[in-house]
Amino acid sequence: MARKTPEVPAASLADIAFMLLIFFLVTTTMDVDSGLERRLPQWVDQDQLDDNVQIKERNVFVVLVNRNNDLLVENEYAHIEDLRERTKEFMANPYDDEKLPEKELKEIPFFGSVEVTKGVISLRNDLDTKYGTYIAVQNELVGAINELREELAKSKFGKSYSSLESDKQKAIRKIYPSRISEAEPKKAK
Amino acid sequence: MSKFRKDGEKELPPISTASLPDIVFMLLFFFMVSTTMREVTLNVDIKLPEATELSKLMKKSLVSYIYVGEPKKQFQSMFGKAPRIQLNDQWANVSDIQDYVIAEREARDEAEQKFMITSLKIDENTKMGIVSDIKQELRKSAALHINYSSRRKVER
Repeated sequence: MARKTPEVPAASLADIAFMLLIFFLVTTTMDVDSGLERRLPQWVDQDQLDDNVQIKERNVFVVLVNRNNDLLVENEYAHIEDLRERTKEFMANPYDDEKLPEKELKEIPFFGSVEVTKGVISLRNDLDTKYGTYIAVQNELVGAINELREELAKSKFGKSYSSLESDKQKAIRKIYPSRISEAEPKKAK
Repeated sequence: MSKFRKDGEKELPPISTASLPDIVFMLLFFFMVSTTMREVTLNVDIKLPEATELSKLMKKSLVSYIYVGEPKKQFQSMFGKAPRIQLNDQWANVSDIQDYVIAEREARDEAEQKFMITSLKIDENTKMGIVSDIKQELRKSAALHINYSSRRKVER
């Protein structure tokens, strides 16, 4: 006759579970990756490049970064702290300044016909520019456009841009497009 | 009055610990599910740049990573101190990026392919030359949606 098997003690169960718990607690990383989101332009073959597209000088906001990580904004030396304000002024052009970009009338849902800027931001860096500086500049440019969108969303809809419906966001994006063009750095010859 | 008074103070019964394993198991499962193990071992040192206008990478499964930075100490005798590219677990050259992007794309569902994001994890002291080359390669392989991975800037 088989002996009755004694009951397995469950007292150590908690200890084992604790050990596993602590292992997972220690190894868990819950950081969400985040970063500056950008879209690259489509690849165009060199010989198909259309050089005939002329943009008026007043419509281009030229930002140059040299190998010593200095900034040249519209042909004058500038500090990165001022870049955001200058970009906002350029993209909004609130007083229709002669030197700042032209505007054209466009039909936009929710807004009716609005004057939309023709401004383009052109960013060019040197091959020896530090990546950190490049990101800082990009950050200011993107930040300026984000701030303009935010202000418009607040004044028009009374809500923050991120909490708007997607079609309203789209309308705002049309008024303040993120047109940042990146020229290839010049190759040293 | 003394009707409700018990005769003699009774001792408090000990708290039952029978449910303790259950609680611990519950926590354990939570952490097991939410844990993401680091998939690649970094061979390069990366100190991400700081930025404020961040957006989060929501779907981890749609992200492919490109790492660029100075090789770690143990590799410096082999590769020197110049920044190098790492794709998955391997060292790579700029010319390998197109193949990598295509391989990453093949591994995803066709419906999801257009939502793929390439996350660039690049050390802040890297020169832009190598970064520009990578961007050109990404453009050639039509991986246009990119994310410059960066840390949140602390206001001082």
